Amino acid sequence: MNFTDSEIWFIIISLGIGTFVIRFSFLGAFGQINLPPYALRLLRYTPVAVMPGMVAPLILWPAGTGGETDAARIVGAFVAIALGVYFKNTLAAIFGGGITLYLMLFLLG
Amino acid sequence: MSTSTPRPPFWYGFRTGLPFVFAALPFGMLFGIVATEAGFDIFQVMSMTIIVIAGAAQFTALAQMQDNAPIVIVLAASLAVNMRMAMYSASLAPYLKGAALWKRAAIAYGLVDFTYAVGITKFEERTDWTVADRLWFYLGCAIPGFIFWYSFTFLGAWFGQSIPPAFALDFAPAIVFLSIVAPMLKSTAHVAAALTSVVLAIALAFMPFSSGLMIAAVVAMLVGAEIERRQLEPAK
Repeated sequence: MNFTDSEIWFIIISLGIGTFVIRFSFLGAFGQINLPPYALRLLRYTPVAVMPGMVAPLILWPAGTGGETDAARIVGAFVAIALGVYFKNTLAAIFGGGITLYLMLFLLG
Repeated sequence: MSTSTPRPPFWYGFRTGLPFVFAALPFGMLFGIVATEAGFDIFQVMSMTIIVIAGAAQFTALAQMQDNAPIVIVLAASLAVNMRMAMYSASLAPYLKGAALWKRAAIAYGLVDFTYAVGITKFEERTDWTVADRLWFYLGCAIPGFIFWYSFTFLGAWFGQSIPPAFALDFAPAIVFLSIVAPMLKSTAHVAAALTSVVLAIALAFMPFSSGLMIAAVVAMLVGAEIERRQLEPAK
């Protein structure tokens, strides 16, 4: 890495300011505007529209294996989804998925 | 001078936020380790983690810096990863209307994937809550994860030693985010939006700086909203 100390600080501070501006955008300046019903309906789907797409490449091409598809991780992921959908409980899904992942890693050695 | 009872929503939020320490712990520790190995000193590691507080974007910045990308590209790539937070911000705003500006600024500072996911779920569910209740809930929900995120980044940077890859800690965030989303898949429209997001994100994974994910998310939102609209209309 070829960055001077001041360049590193510049990156840290710019990234901090930029990220805050993104987060504050609607909560701050535009927050008091009444959004039309169609916009609100769209926004209801934000979490299910963003997170699955964010996670899918991590499952298919995990960083821990250098991007190689890994059966243990895929099975762990599906167990987490199944438990989450069935029990509607995040903690159950995390533990179930995590235990499955470790069991699979152990079994597939 | 809050007249509503602050404590119950705060502790309810605290309990609801507790599971996310399992995401913050490995993610924070990994960031501390990777950033130290990349050449950050501990003061820089902690400054980034406290000022930026966005794991995925921080890892993106590090990866670009290790490739010696120009500073503009480092910033553009990491901020693109964070663009989803504009959608989060817009989605929470209607629930926090009327809160003081500094309180909304504090909410914005703490707006990460898990606080958003937990917050929006409960705000939709608890229609009886006042804005003050929502603020207390959000604060309680953020605290455990944030404390773990800061302290384990510090431990990772301090010890700087690698955790054996056999522990598969890289995969902890994936499991945690799936576990947040899965309970939200409660209607055809939600399932369709999630599937659209997955298929497009994978198909567009070749696009630079997470731009494929942004497209996937926008299309998935349109799909979900359109299905909901069609399901509601015949009922009228």
